[in-house]
Amino acid sequence: MEIHGEEKGRFLFNLSANLRAILRESPRHFLKLLILPLALLWVSGQAHAQQPVGAVTDNEVNEVARDIYCPVCENVPLDVCPTQACADWRTIIRQQLAEGQTKEEIIDYFAVRYGEQIRSAPPRYGIFWFFWLIPVLGVGLAAIFFGRYVWQLQKRPSTSKPPGVTAVAKEDYLAQVEKELGKK
Amino acid sequence: MSEITHQEKVIDGQRSTTRWDAILIWGGVLALLAILGWGLLQTFNSPPTDVAPGFEMRFYDGYHWDEKAVAHLDDMQGQIVVLNFWASWCVECRLEADLLEQAWRDYRDRGVVFVGIAYVDTEQHANQYLEEFGITFPNAPDLRTAISRQYKITGVPETFFIDRDGRIVRHIIGPVQPAVLTSLLDSMLAN
Repeated sequence: MEIHGEEKGRFLFNLSANLRAILRESPRHFLKLLILPLALLWVSGQAHAQQPVGAVTDNEVNEVARDIYCPVCENVPLDVCPTQACADWRTIIRQQLAEGQTKEEIIDYFAVRYGEQIRSAPPRYGIFWFFWLIPVLGVGLAAIFFGRYVWQLQKRPSTSKPPGVTAVAKEDYLAQVEKELGKK
Repeated sequence: MSEITHQEKVIDGQRSTTRWDAILIWGGVLALLAILGWGLLQTFNSPPTDVAPGFEMRFYDGYHWDEKAVAHLDDMQGQIVVLNFWASWCVECRLEADLLEQAWRDYRDRGVVFVGIAYVDTEQHANQYLEEFGITFPNAPDLRTAISRQYKITGVPETFFIDRDGRIVRHIIGPVQPAVLTSLLDSMLAN
């Protein structure tokens, strides 16, 4: 239930009035009221602190798992893969994260054992650079072709003045005019 | 006249540029198609049927062949090799595990080598599986899935029977049946 505007003001006023009344009439009761929420806060804090040190959450496991692909069931990332093999792998990821290994180290561990195809993206070494360069080369070539196309468009003479034909036509036209004038 | 020649040169230049552009574009398209075709061939290629592809095995701790912790298939030439792909997470593999171990014990002194390759398995679970079934024949992980890709397996279990000359005689998909195993090994030994 939400409290808005005037209602909220009235609620806070009543609360403070009640607390003042309790404090005035029974200071010990007021103290109990103050201690109880504090005790609850302390207990909840203790419960939180009792979690094992270095415990790895599911989100942390999935953060790594989503960049590893199941080699048995193709095109399924490990974080959503339902097979037993994938469950085993997620357990290994959890163990390795608890040991303090980085995401890259864990992915390398799996790539060494199960092949490079488990990676969600090609690694950045050796022949695998080729796969990273293909899009760059593609965009570069497209830019070159487009640039050349625009350059050719600019170089092309205007269509309103046909090349070559103009000079010949002009001479014919002048000859015709002179001929007509000569007749008159 | 000179203007016409100049214009012709310009047109020739444009034609030449366009030709090179077309060659480059079609070359790129063909290269892309070639890569795609190669990828498809790799995917749909059938398993080897003649010469067994060679590979190196780094056996699990406690397993060895001829007192070697690392062996190559070529080292086993002159013997009949039963190459079995399995995984601890594979239910069907459990159906044939006892049979393979028993056959290994029966045939090991007659020139038959059983080799197990754990496909996409964790070391811990693979060792638990080997212990559970008391497997004693040499077993190795399929590191980088290199062996399974060479043999183009479609799943596990799959078993290849390789003769003394290193040729694949039979390829069985799914659990091996006892009668098939013994008759096949007997006929290979007889040959």
